[in-house]
Amino acid sequence: MNGYLDFEKPIVELEKKIADIRDFATGESVELSREIAALEKKLERLQKEIYSKLTRWQRVQLARHPKRPTASDYIKAWMTDFVELHGDRGFADDHAVITGLGKLDNLKLLVVAQEKGKDTKEKLHHNFGMMHPEGYRKALRTMQLAARFGLPILVLIDTPGAFPGVGAEERGQAEAIARNLREMAVLPVPIVVVILGEGASGGALGVGIGDRILMLENAWYSVISPEGCAAILWRDSEKKEEAAEALKLASFDLLEMGIIDKILPEPLGGAHRDPKKTFETAKTEVLAAFGELSVLPPEERLLHRIEKYRSMGRYTVDPELEELPSPVAGPEANQ
Amino acid sequence: MEWFKKNREGVAGGEKKEIPKGLWTKCESCGEIIFVRELEKNRWVCPKCNYHFRIRFSDYLELLTDPDTWKEYDRNITSADPLRFKDSKRYPDRIREARKKTSLTDAVVCGTGKIGGRAVSVAVMDFSFIGGSMGSVVGEKIARAIERALERKIPLIIVSCSGGARMQEGILSLMQMAKTSALLAQLQKKNLPFISVLTNPTTAGVMASYASLGDVIIAEPKALLGFAGPRVIAQTIGQELPPGFQSSEFFLEHGFVDMICERKELRRTINLLLEYFSGNGSPRA
Ligand SMILES: [Zn+2]
Repeated sequence: MNGYLDFEKPIVELEKKIADIRDFATGESVELSREIAALEKKLERLQKEIYSKLTRWQRVQLARHPKRPTASDYIKAWMTDFVELHGDRGFADDHAVITGLGKLDNLKLLVVAQEKGKDTKEKLHHNFGMMHPEGYRKALRTMQLAARFGLPILVLIDTPGAFPGVGAEERGQAEAIARNLREMAVLPVPIVVVILGEGASGGALGVGIGDRILMLENAWYSVISPEGCAAILWRDSEKKEEAAEALKLASFDLLEMGIIDKILPEPLGGAHRDPKKTFETAKTEVLAAFGELSVLPPEERLLHRIEKYRSMGRYTVDPELEELPSPVAGPEANQ
Repeated sequence: MEWFKKNREGVAGGEKKEIPKGLWTKCESCGEIIFVRELEKNRWVCPKCNYHFRIRFSDYLELLTDPDTWKEYDRNITSADPLRFKDSKRYPDRIREARKKTSLTDAVVCGTGKIGGRAVSVAVMDFSFIGGSMGSVVGEKIARAIERALERKIPLIIVSCSGGARMQEGILSLMQMAKTSALLAQLQKKNLPFISVLTNPTTAGVMASYASLGDVIIAEPKALLGFAGPRVIAQTIGQELPPGFQSSEFFLEHGFVDMICERKELRRTINLLLEYFSGNGSPRA
């Protein structure tokens, strides 16, 4: 990838053309500036046209854009006096998740942030944002610490999934995630979760329980990645575009289904096109969410949290099913 | 979730008496030819190699609960196709076919019964319904089973058998992990015992939620247990997986189940645990 996505090609070409003309233009020329202005108008139209009707798969691509800001960028842009905390006190320090204390304006809080890294070296260090069990345990340890001192928790999610490896299974990946789901449900301090980029399945949910779930416009959050779903249901991982559509994994889908509370708008073309603006918009919303939560008595906040998750799911009640003949015993294996 | 693929077509749907008696069958594990009637008497465990054939939810109910104490709940809850999902088939068609094939309304059956005279809330998953996958219906029924335990102050027993979350309900399936686990936090707070039984296979979204949260976790021998699918892991590490990887025995060795229990010992073991958890007669804190 040359830093842009296939569907962005016309935009990138036009941008290059404008830049080239600028380079040629030595001194003032009315004619040239007029041409540039016309091209810029055309660029704006083109951007609106392309970016306003992104498919779900194109959004997935934007969420994975190599220039997309990662969690550490948000921490840098937002927080002061950041003190990182390391380790799960049992096995290791998982670099796929950054945990630490910091101040968001005047609000002291704990950050739990999945970090993918940027260049190859960083990506390897952070294991591409794929956590091991010790990462989930490190997150829980620091969250329970924060809870003891009344510090609210900010979770930043960006992961292609929990790490599928031998060591991860040996050390109880499933147990680590399950425990977090149960314990985060009853942590007595406010929790705000922001899905920054990729929210892949249990790997994301394992630190993703909260009172308010915010999601960047082009982020995705799903039970399985589009490729994974395509490989299983279509038996062809190239059917990822169909799978992305079918899974309804985009921010507006999740808002409609009541999974998230708010969409955080991104600049046209994605967060990487104007990171500063993205940070500002998101920060305002995060602070607003903590503000709303802080006025609720803790018991009420916890009740709301449990009720929020208790009510998730869509099913129908069909009295006729009571009449269905009762299933009977027998081995599945022997038929 | 990839255990979906292995979901066999055409599982037991008929009356028990219709299962052809006197037929021989081959053990899936050791290849031994076994008399079906003998296998049935042995709770579908191979007499030669101890392989535990996968059985239906009703077999577990018969195995675990006192006779004539079972009462099923929430049989009328069914899937709503919230995503209007279609791959090679429309999701509602998939549900309809599974229902016809299994006579189940979804992949879990919930109710109350007694074990050794003690009232319990029970949920048993059944792999024959879309690979035991968890969507909104499974999540809701498990949630209600937990709530029944809470309301009646009785222990909870869940027998799991699942390839994970159901893809056809997307993010809503994922959220069932959060929903069930949040309710289990309430159960834990009230000190009501939860015994989780893991059967072959229990993986992915179910393993990474309630199945892993038992106060005591019991696995059947040689069940496939784990978070990620073995094929995905093999791909990631670029080599074949060691033998016995992600088995019950592997889980026991690494400290993630309390015990491996043969089917014929399951009832006695659970009964005994419930007896212990009922305490020494002094009021519970
Ligand atoms: Zn055998």
